[in-house]
Amino acid sequence: MNKEILANQPFDLGLEFQRPIRRTAAGKIKIYSYSKSGAAVRGTLAVLLLLALWGFLSFDVKNVDFAEAMAKTWRNVQTVFFQPRLARNTFWGAMNQVLVTFCLGGLATIFGAVIAFFGALLCAKNIANPRVATATRSLIALVRAVPTILWVLIFAVSAGLGSVAAVVGLTFHSAAYLTKAYAESIEEMDPGTIEALRASGAGYWAIVFQAILPSSVRYMLAWTFLRFEINFTNAIAVGAAAGAGGIGYDLFMAGSFYFDLRELGYITWVIVLAVILLETLATQIKAKVK
Amino acid sequence: MFKAKPGRAQESVFARRKRVYTLTLLGVIGFYLLASLVTQFSAKDGISALPRAFSWIVGNLVPTEKALRRLPNILQKLMETTLLSISVTVVAGLFAFFFSLLGSKTTGAHRWIGRLVRIAAAFFRNVPDVVWAMLLLFSFGQNILTGFFALFFTTFGMLTRTFIETIDEVSAACTEALSATGATYLQTVFQAIIPSSISEMLTWVLFMIETNIRSSTLIGMLTATGIGYLFDLYYKRLDYGSASLVVLCIVLTVILIETLSTRIRKVIL
Repeated sequence: MNKEILANQPFDLGLEFQRPIRRTAAGKIKIYSYSKSGAAVRGTLAVLLLLALWGFLSFDVKNVDFAEAMAKTWRNVQTVFFQPRLARNTFWGAMNQVLVTFCLGGLATIFGAVIAFFGALLCAKNIANPRVATATRSLIALVRAVPTILWVLIFAVSAGLGSVAAVVGLTFHSAAYLTKAYAESIEEMDPGTIEALRASGAGYWAIVFQAILPSSVRYMLAWTFLRFEINFTNAIAVGAAAGAGGIGYDLFMAGSFYFDLRELGYITWVIVLAVILLETLATQIKAKVK
Repeated sequence: MFKAKPGRAQESVFARRKRVYTLTLLGVIGFYLLASLVTQFSAKDGISALPRAFSWIVGNLVPTEKALRRLPNILQKLMETTLLSISVTVVAGLFAFFFSLLGSKTTGAHRWIGRLVRIAAAFFRNVPDVVWAMLLLFSFGQNILTGFFALFFTTFGMLTRTFIETIDEVSAACTEALSATGATYLQTVFQAIIPSSISEMLTWVLFMIETNIRSSTLIGMLTATGIGYLFDLYYKRLDYGSASLVVLCIVLTVILIETLSTRIRKVIL
């Protein structure tokens, strides 16, 4: 607030502070005021804590000796992270598997991005028909609600377990996620640009490629790279839980088939380094794009 | 007037845009071809699988009468998984709050402690939950605690980072104002940092609950607990009717939680 605005205020500015002091029944001055958001925060926190407590009381932990299991975990963590060794695989073999996972994630991201671009055109509030937008949004919510692994397994029945099922399954979730993100970036753009093009008689696709895409492509790219990171981790998970190949499958074999902690450690390091590398890359790209 | 370079100046924006688009498209196509080669993925198989998959879904993935008899069991496991992801997120959130106070630049005790906290958070965030699950299977066995800790570590890493960002963003000014009036550390935390960042943090917690329900389905398949295990069981028995009921229940739960958290977000932000 600057001086001119203050100068234009009426003289009774001081009256502002003479509002009657609110007191409690006991006569103490109330220092907290009721607000809807504050109440909602407290209510949500209370409900979450109660649910968490209920969860702990209801968990069937069977008869695990907690202290012993923790001690064992600690020993295993040490073995995994400090004594990694490959027994059934070579360094280049592991690298190749990482590349496979990387490519699975990449393919799903590309397909997801292409589908999401058109999906976003259908559900961004500033350019789409409201009814179509609502329908698209509901469809997306439905697709997003099914976990990735279930999509993969559902497609594995008709496409066979392999890269096709993995990519298609990962694509579903990516497309839904990116549609939401892209639609938000389109909604943020300056409405004047679209209006100007419309006024000059530009067709729908001209508006899309000359106004919408150039002004929101930076955000879209940032979101796409973020999704690529997620897809890489998801591809690992899908490989482990559905046997869809890549480094995730090796991880599963080392852990649950050969029970080889050291090999598990080696693969873990490979995965962690790959994920950190991707994150650094994505952060740099994001910084450059913004 | 500027002297235009011959040839380029007139259409430079459009020409440049066209060049960038073309190069990007070529790059993407190149990556696509390479990736297809590496993963032996063929678009033809993928596209031809889609109609087959959808007709299969419509034909087989519908709850049968036999499946409905399994509903109590499914609901019980679903409850277990939902409660698991809520308790994991709440506990991880509490831990993350204390560590984010240490890790933030405005409230941290020492530069090195802050750096250590941030490195630890990055480590926990970047080791995927599947890896934790595989590791914990050795010591906890096929137990709900395996899933609990696997989800706990990643959630903790994720929430610590976002909480640190929230505290840094929100509370630099009010922390300074309060310490100028002589407030103690705890007073600053309770009167400035918590009130100004709690709603943002709560939003993240709600988001992580949603994410964790989906992840715990997958973890459940590996650790043989919760709804993930039940789906895996029916799926492997080729009992697709019951499996579809499981999917339906998961979808309804996730959408319910999503709707609830959107409502809450609207009120608190």
